[in-house]
Amino acid sequence: MSDVGELITRVHRAEWARLVASLAGRFGDLDIAEEMAAEAFATAVERWPVDGVPPVPGAWLTTTAHRKAIDRLRREVRREEKHREALMLSAAAEPLGAIDDDRLRLVFTCCHPALAMEVRIALTLRMVGGLTVPEIARAFLVQETAMSRRITRAKAKIKAARIPYGVPLREDLPARVTGVLAVLYLIFNEGYLASDPGKEAVRADLTAEAIRLTRLVRALMPADGEVAGLLALMLLTEARRAARVSASGELVTLAEQDRGAWDRELIAEGHALVRARLASGQAPGRYQILAAINAVHTDARDVRDTDWSQVVALYNRLVRLDPSPIVRLNRAIAVAELDGPEVALAEVDGLPLEGYHAFHATRADLLRRLGRSEESRAAYDRAIGLAGNTAETAYLVRRRDQLAGA
Amino acid sequence: MAQYLISVLHDTTDLATAEEMAAIDAFNTQLQADGHWVFAGGLAAPGTATVVDGRHAEPVFTDGPYVESKEHVIGFWIIDAPHLDLALRLAALGSRHCNRRVELRPFLG
Repeated sequence: MSDVGELITRVHRAEWARLVASLAGRFGDLDIAEEMAAEAFATAVERWPVDGVPPVPGAWLTTTAHRKAIDRLRREVRREEKHREALMLSAAAEPLGAIDDDRLRLVFTCCHPALAMEVRIALTLRMVGGLTVPEIARAFLVQETAMSRRITRAKAKIKAARIPYGVPLREDLPARVTGVLAVLYLIFNEGYLASDPGKEAVRADLTAEAIRLTRLVRALMPADGEVAGLLALMLLTEARRAARVSASGELVTLAEQDRGAWDRELIAEGHALVRARLASGQAPGRYQILAAINAVHTDARDVRDTDWSQVVALYNRLVRLDPSPIVRLNRAIAVAELDGPEVALAEVDGLPLEGYHAFHATRADLLRRLGRSEESRAAYDRAIGLAGNTAETAYLVRRRDQLAGA
Repeated sequence: MAQYLISVLHDTTDLATAEEMAAIDAFNTQLQADGHWVFAGGLAAPGTATVVDGRHAEPVFTDGPYVESKEHVIGFWIIDAPHLDLALRLAALGSRHCNRRVELRPFLG
């Protein structure tokens, strides 16, 4: 790819959400916002290699997209009405809540409770995260056409039902923020462990965007423990990102990571948030407990210094809140460190997670530690067959091939 | 302002109790006072419906509702609201007052 092509890719990552959000704010229509943003980028691909890259690419894109949107509205048959509608909606888009940030309004609109959860995630990834429809479809393991229809229907509902483009009123916020946090966490996870085998293993643009948006939500609701918990969880996870994939593109597990490569600043910020939540004395929710678990991990200078009894105690609290098989699988991994692989394997074996690669990877590791090589190899094979992330697959293949008797 | 239809969903043959009727009246008065009221009404049972097909030379009248289902619409409100969030809040109040589930649907703008 040419230098200009690479630059356009970078600008796309940096500017997409801002551009869509500003168009949505101005024209009150997510369809127009998305299409005109895409057209502006298409024009950039044509013009920039010929005319040179404009000094402020973001401003150029905004101007171009706004002009295209106005041209399109003029061409519409119901031009007068559309014009009036656009003006009215942009007036109605005055901030309802405490924070005036276009992207945060876009997040709350995409995460509206009148939309199904899977639709909220898809819309947020498309409109705010800037992922393409095929990327989202792969992340959800559905057909591209089905995902495209889902997004189109959601945008039609937003328009016809008049889902407001804005941060909800303060009294509606607590109920609405839970869904927003779930969506932001899923976006972060898609960035941290991309599910697509054709993509880079870690998508720093998505994790960065998820953190940025969570910071905005936290500024809006500073007293909400779960918002703080999710931010801390993301920061403590993001801090380990650089150490997580080797130079050869292989996943590096927590135990094997170079702890010197962890981002101390992010860890300090995450720890401060966790301490502040503990000091509040309020019962922690799911994100706060997960953040506390990550605080214990990032506290240890060496994996041997990890306070596993505290990790297991925290998982016990989490299981009481959410006794799902995935939580119990993660608890068992900590139990293996505290009580040995045999105890952990007994807990893992009963879990109904046949279709989940991490279940087989965990079993493979526990069986390996128990010297049961043949069973371990079979479990690695199952995990490799189910894993989608390139770095994870590379790691699993190496571990399998290192088994005794290979 | 946009208009929304709040349909009241019903799955038994029971009529509203006196208590429910009083609550609905209070809610209606509140809607009128706040400027959201357009129209509302209760419907007779689906068994009283007649399907009419007037697309041909002779109209055809058929006894019964056009679709048989366990649930049916027993009444409705048409409200004025600036956006979905307010309409949802009114629909939630309507559901509580009439003690039944409701469906909220926008009119075509």
